[in-house]
Amino acid sequence: MMGRWKFWVVTALVITLVAAAIYIPILRKRMKRAARQQQQSEEQARRELIQPVPVNPGDPRVRTTLFWASDSDGSALAPVVIELPLSKDPVLRSKQVLNTLLAGPVDTELRTLPPDAVLLAFYILPDGTAIADFSEAMATSIPSGIVSEQLAVDSMARTLEANVPQIQRLKILIHGQEVETLAGHVDLTGTFVVNTKLAAPPAPSGPSSVAMPAPKP
Amino acid sequence: MLLDVGNIVRLRLLSICGLALVLFFSAAIVFSVQVPVPNQQPSGAPSQAIPSASPAQTGTPGVASAPISAQPLQSGLNIVVLDPAHGGTDPGARGTGGMRESDIVLDLAAEVRRALEQQGFQVVQTRQGNDNPSFDDRSALANAQRGAVFVTLHISSTGLPGTVRVYIHSDLPPLTDANGMIPWDRAQAPFLGLSRKFGDLVQGFLTQRFKGSPDTPQAAMVRQLRTTAAPAIAVEISSVVVNDRSDLDRMAPGVADAIARGAAAFKPQYVVPGVPGVQP
Repeated sequence: MMGRWKFWVVTALVITLVAAAIYIPILRKRMKRAARQQQQSEEQARRELIQPVPVNPGDPRVRTTLFWASDSDGSALAPVVIELPLSKDPVLRSKQVLNTLLAGPVDTELRTLPPDAVLLAFYILPDGTAIADFSEAMATSIPSGIVSEQLAVDSMARTLEANVPQIQRLKILIHGQEVETLAGHVDLTGTFVVNTKLAAPPAPSGPSSVAMPAPKP
Repeated sequence: MLLDVGNIVRLRLLSICGLALVLFFSAAIVFSVQVPVPNQQPSGAPSQAIPSASPAQTGTPGVASAPISAQPLQSGLNIVVLDPAHGGTDPGARGTGGMRESDIVLDLAAEVRRALEQQGFQVVQTRQGNDNPSFDDRSALANAQRGAVFVTLHISSTGLPGTVRVYIHSDLPPLTDANGMIPWDRAQAPFLGLSRKFGDLVQGFLTQRFKGSPDTPQAAMVRQLRTTAAPAIAVEISSVVVNDRSDLDRMAPGVADAIARGAAAFKPQYVVPGVPGVQP
């Protein structure tokens, strides 16, 4: 009787080991394939991003106000007025001003956004909420800290406020996803008020409806 | 009788077989499920609401609070919840020579704790070592105290070295539901006025000691402050780009003293409601 018991136990163990030997390599292959697919989609997104925002040379050159850091200690914003050919379409116009903001000022010490960050997508909802989707570099390359993160968000909100009056609020996504913070400090679960005159009061509940007033100039 | 349990050899064989089976199925589950474990709870996840009646009485997110009357009522500020930011896999700002914000603020918290205890405050820390509680867990610890203020400690990557800034949360529209409960994700809303008073005091003491620091606290959307149901401030020292960590360590006693003096000055202004149903 004991011999049979031992036989069944050993058989079960052998079957288990054989199953493991077959199953684990399959799982590994699947994991590798999934990782490869993710990498490919990231590459594709990157390629799409690199495509420049179409600039129509016929667009009139207009005075554009951009907000970069005001001094080298990077704690306040200052307006800089330059002339740019800007589209009348609010989405294209927003992309143009945000890309200029990302390109940074002549004095790189005054930049508010990381140089390797890319604007992946931008659209405006019917209620005036703009959605700006940035590459991961926006979160990973920005200097970590309350002052630097708040300055980055404020520079975008105030630049849009100055140049695209149709936008009332700004929602920031990172690689298509809502993230809790920009780099560990500033809250990205809500929206930022862009146009303080037009923005309607926030919806009655939910963190995504929390709206913050743009800082006073 | 199928098995002679007295036979140790067979028992060992059985144990080994059982262990092998458990190990295999555990490995299979781990490999196949591959569920990422989030480091921070999503902010929208906790559905707990905070009774508007109690400025500092909540439980862990997702767990209903105890009735106010069940807790002893105390008046006045007596607890300071110190939050050394980041930790664990999140080092925060990184500076020259491998300086990590998470390490520096932990040491700073010890200094602040000593200063506060000398002022007679009870101090609760959100983390004691190199771990990283979620934002909500840190807030929950503060919200579970009665008569507490919350101070989260940070070191920036930028800013004028040698200066210190105090932050309060930007305006949050106050909101209560039909039962008079404040949503967890806006717990700070009723305390913004008190946070500003507390921040004014601490920033004042810091500015006296650290020239170049602003005169008043700044408003920012600091995630950690939003879910904290208590007067709450963030203190951020500039910065990790100093050449030597000793430059930051030298600032620690001054920062600790300013926070302790600020809390002591704020104490008479913060009267915890003795009657349930009263907002701060």
